[in-house]
Amino acid sequence: MATLSSPVTIQTPKAGKGGGGLRPPAFGGGGDGGRNDGFPDYGRRLRRARLGLAVAVAPIVMLFVSFTSAYVVRQGLPTLDERTNTYVRDWIPVNLPLALLLVNTGLLLVSTITVELARRQITRQVALAPVRSIPGVSLGQERAFPWIAITAVLGGGFLAGQWMAWRELADRGFYLATSASSSFVYLLTAAHAIHLAGGVLVLLYAATVSLLHKPVEARRIVVDVTAWYWHFMFLLWVYIFVLLWFVR
Amino acid sequence: MATTAPVHAHAAPQGFIRRYVFSLDHKVIGLQYYFLALIAVFVGMFLSLLMRTHLIWPAAVLPLIGEIKPETYLQLVTMHGTIMVFFVLTTAPQSGFGNYFLPIQIGAPDMAFPVLNMLSFWTTFVAFVVMLAAFFVTGGAPLHGWTGYTPLSALTNSGPGEQLGADLWVTSIAIFCVASLMGALNFITTTLDMRAKGMTMFRMPLTVWAWFITAILGLLAFGVLLSAGILLLLDRNLGTSFYVPLVVVNGQVMGHKGGSPLLWQHLFWFFGHPEVYIAILPSMGVASQLLSTFARKPIFGYKAMVYAIMAIGFLGFMVWGHHMFMSGMSPYSAFAFSIMTMAIGVPSAIKTFNWLGTLLHGRIRFHTPMLFAIGFVSLFVSGGLSGPFLAQPVLDIPLHDTAYVPGHFHLIMGVASIFGIFGATYYWLPKMFGRMMNETLGKIHFFITLIGTYAIFMPMHYLGMAGQPRRYSQLTEVAYLHHLIPLNTFMTYAAFITVAAQLIFVINLFWSMFKGPKASGNPWEATTLEWTTATPPPHDNFGGHTPVVNHGPYEYSVPGAPRDYIMQTDPAGVPAH
Repeated sequence: MATLSSPVTIQTPKAGKGGGGLRPPAFGGGGDGGRNDGFPDYGRRLRRARLGLAVAVAPIVMLFVSFTSAYVVRQGLPTLDERTNTYVRDWIPVNLPLALLLVNTGLLLVSTITVELARRQITRQVALAPVRSIPGVSLGQERAFPWIAITAVLGGGFLAGQWMAWRELADRGFYLATSASSSFVYLLTAAHAIHLAGGVLVLLYAATVSLLHKPVEARRIVVDVTAWYWHFMFLLWVYIFVLLWFVR
Repeated sequence: MATTAPVHAHAAPQGFIRRYVFSLDHKVIGLQYYFLALIAVFVGMFLSLLMRTHLIWPAAVLPLIGEIKPETYLQLVTMHGTIMVFFVLTTAPQSGFGNYFLPIQIGAPDMAFPVLNMLSFWTTFVAFVVMLAAFFVTGGAPLHGWTGYTPLSALTNSGPGEQLGADLWVTSIAIFCVASLMGALNFITTTLDMRAKGMTMFRMPLTVWAWFITAILGLLAFGVLLSAGILLLLDRNLGTSFYVPLVVVNGQVMGHKGGSPLLWQHLFWFFGHPEVYIAILPSMGVASQLLSTFARKPIFGYKAMVYAIMAIGFLGFMVWGHHMFMSGMSPYSAFAFSIMTMAIGVPSAIKTFNWLGTLLHGRIRFHTPMLFAIGFVSLFVSGGLSGPFLAQPVLDIPLHDTAYVPGHFHLIMGVASIFGIFGATYYWLPKMFGRMMNETLGKIHFFITLIGTYAIFMPMHYLGMAGQPRRYSQLTEVAYLHHLIPLNTFMTYAAFITVAAQLIFVINLFWSMFKGPKASGNPWEATTLEWTTATPPPHDNFGGHTPVVNHGPYEYSVPGAPRDYIMQTDPAGVPAH
């Protein structure tokens, strides 16, 4: 078997949205790592995992729609005042730590960019893996930047920032049970934080599996789906922030 | 043509634990759900017998249990409803049979996400254990009913069982929500992404359609129930006031203020009404499958059946307010909810019409599964006809808190759905275990159960119209209800006989599983994919290949065909003969 005598530089292809969309003829089962590594049909598994994520977004949306409707209804609800025996409005607008929340939003925004870079980087790696395996072929210089780890750190930073925001709220006298408005602030931010923490855990998993000699195609599925989930988490946070700020 | 590429993601497991306990195989998981529901249904039935006994002999001292106090009665009401709705009606027809047969009927080797599938079963199991634990803690099980109305359920000192028991109840339901969401995610992804070649959406059996639409309902509804449960836990334990207004309990002013008890009702019923369809749709799918198979006729109006399932699912989200006519809602809202509720009668009637159309001029084989399918239609009609009455606010208000409502929903949602489970068990056991169930015992079971359930639940309508309230523990001392005691006594005896008949089923089930006569590969001469594979199906369902589908699911008695049925995998076109 002849090998190429001199290294050939191949231009790195651009990775956009999608990829792996074509339906291959072979049939595959099992898309969530149920001892299915070694099963070659990664394109199909990626598609399935993305579909699963798209379906999973629905109940999360329903959860927050439900919280939102409760929020809006409760805000417009008069309360019986036991002293005067009349109905009064008891909604106290929460004094939100705006600067801190804006910093947190900035952190999350940057993290959506880094997670997207991670997704594109691993997509490129997958695309180039067959080329890389040709003996004698070397590729153009590309540093494997730890975008996943950076995203996880930024995500952790956001969660720490939210914790600080709660401390700040408590300092300003707004505890969970202080008023209906403060209850909702804690509820919505905590529910979002729990969902984001799930994303951080998956990112840590993705960063770890790269050490476990898993095929790059398998890692790509985890990173790709987590990246889309992360984008969704950013949009969800923007929605919650806007709701809490403008519907006070 | 069948592809021979590797078709299955995970190898057949070795060892007892991986095979039967933490199995990734959708068939084992389906059976796990089924047997969990079987345990749950006996717990639920036992509780109902205690209630029926107490209603006619309120002073009776029962062995081991003692005297049933009023609060104990409410605990029985609560736990009976909760266990039956969540761990039987949601678990067996959808998660049990759906898990086992959805992948096979669409020609897939497994669910889309096997690990998630296993997690969803074990999460359900944990939820069940947490629910049962409520019986054994201080104060016992909660007494706020399966609907858990606030503020009763949101205050820890509102009654016995409302301390730790109620916390366990809410926690169990929250866990169950998460489990159901994982299951629904798997069902939807599997249906959309894993159908075999040629299995177009409109070649899917109606069972698959029903499981698919039910999964969508679950996906949208359980998230809302989860949110309601989270708010309830916060109110109970962290002093928030989402549901609790200023309230005085036993002379003590509680710390809550400004919450809305109606908020719980809205969130709960936004889940609760779709839940009714989550319980009944899979059984509708099974009934369609069985009626067509045993009438040896194509299902009447296949596409109409599909659109009717979709319409029922869609409208199911628009009608939650009809559970709340008593809450003082605006008459305009009540009118809108009433109209939407009656609109559900249209797709329901389409389905009933098509079931009857399927039977018309059929060469009916009255095997036990068919009897249960016909019984399902009967119960669906009898229970369904009282629905439009309750959909009228002016009629609902006097009937709401009477025995009329339990009569209505037990027939249509409870027993009809159970008949679907029975029909499915008799029909699919030959595929699941390779053995036939005993027909004679099956028929005895069917007739006692059918007559028994009518004897229990039909009179409830009359009791309700006569003014017998529901949820009350003692009715024998009430003068205006005295003349109803004989009827109540009759119902209690009917309940004992009907429950005893279920032992016939259980004996038949377990005896047939191990000792029944060997079943052939396709004993009912049915057409769908599960009957094309080995019995019981191998680990990857189709033994190393994937089927290719050329026919619709209900091609019976096709003119010119050599047999009176064409398998979905038979070569395209009708063989000339």
